[in-house]
Amino acid sequence: MKKLDFMAECRRYNLGFWQCPNSLFLIMGAIIIVAMILSYFIGIRFFEPEVVIAIVSIVTIILLIIGHSLVNSFARIAEANRMKSEFVSIVSHQLRTPLSSLKWSLDLLRGKRLGNLNSKQTEYFDVIKDGTDRMIKLVNDLLNVNRIDQQRLEMRPKDFNLEDLIEQITRELSPIANANNVTINYKNSKKLPMVFADPDKIQMVIQNLIDNAVKYSKKEGGAIDLVVEEDRRNAKMIRITVKDNGIGIPEMLQKQVFGKFFRGDNLIKQRVEGTGLGLFIAKGIVHLSGGQIDFESKENVGSTFWFTLPIANN
Amino acid sequence: MKKILFVEDEPNLQKAIGEVLKQEGYSIFSALDGVEGLELVQKEKPDLILLDLILPKKDGFEVLKDLKADEKTKDIPVIILTNLEGTGDVEKALDLGATTYLVKANYELEDILTKIKEILK
Repeated sequence: MKKLDFMAECRRYNLGFWQCPNSLFLIMGAIIIVAMILSYFIGIRFFEPEVVIAIVSIVTIILLIIGHSLVNSFARIAEANRMKSEFVSIVSHQLRTPLSSLKWSLDLLRGKRLGNLNSKQTEYFDVIKDGTDRMIKLVNDLLNVNRIDQQRLEMRPKDFNLEDLIEQITRELSPIANANNVTINYKNSKKLPMVFADPDKIQMVIQNLIDNAVKYSKKEGGAIDLVVEEDRRNAKMIRITVKDNGIGIPEMLQKQVFGKFFRGDNLIKQRVEGTGLGLFIAKGIVHLSGGQIDFESKENVGSTFWFTLPIANN
Repeated sequence: MKKILFVEDEPNLQKAIGEVLKQEGYSIFSALDGVEGLELVQKEKPDLILLDLILPKKDGFEVLKDLKADEKTKDIPVIILTNLEGTGDVEKALDLGATTYLVKANYELEDILTKIKEILK
């Protein structure tokens, strides 16, 4: 549990005691109570309504001033947050330009459009390619996290066939999984109704869950089972389950799994790469699609992640 | 030979696209800003325009507006090729009449080539 420190947020945003909403609200409350008691006693002792009115007016003016200060401090906090998001957005967009020239130049070289390559050259161009793609992924992840934070992630939902999408993703990811000694099991039943969501965003979610299952697999005999079925708890939803038999998530870390930059400590030993933003983004997307996401996990046994999506109307 | 105009302020990106398109037998023209881009459209009458959105002098949205407002140029397909992906940008560009919207960092050169071929078919 995080310790409750009512000034901590204000210190973080560089606000002094007299600017901090937390303290200002306390002061306001105290003034109101004192003023009420005071006017009561003055009222019954002197029977002078003018004095009471004067006190009430003065207190009201003081409260107005404090209120004004409060509004200002909230504006400053909002401004600080906005600047952070803007900064991330500008830096990410700026990084994309040089990354694009890198990517495209590499595409030219690796596509042998500038001449044949020997195997060593191919090997090292692949290394650069891998690095470039990872940087692009990080930049995209940061942009998406920012959009989710700002509630500006744009969804373009439509009716689509989820089973076909999963089949396509499975086909694309199987070579990478196989290279890591992991097999992906999925059977398209071709029976389920369409879902209503943004297929590009849902693709990101599913890819992410499979990526994680591959990354955190055991060294031998890894298997990922993908199941798509009608949700037993809610007839209007489809449920997608990604089950692995990997290293699992230790119980003490399970609460933070959907947080930003989460990567279990046990995972660092395994030298797993990644930003730790994937599940935060996945959760954001699933919630914006009107679904739920959760998981169960046991260390050394495996993890099961599932999420739901609404079935398309008609 | 089909003509393609690429309006892009980053010379390195122009070079890479130019290389591929030349190899594929297209003739390619480049403009470094929006104003130059519009001039080249009038002069060369390209079959396809690749348009960045963040451009000096006149940004891509304005260029797109001008292209679609002109009877002579309104039917030229425009592929938005940009790294801008802010709120509403995609919708705005498509509403203004862009054929498709590609984020540079997310597309391989060969995928872009495929899109170009598809549109020019």
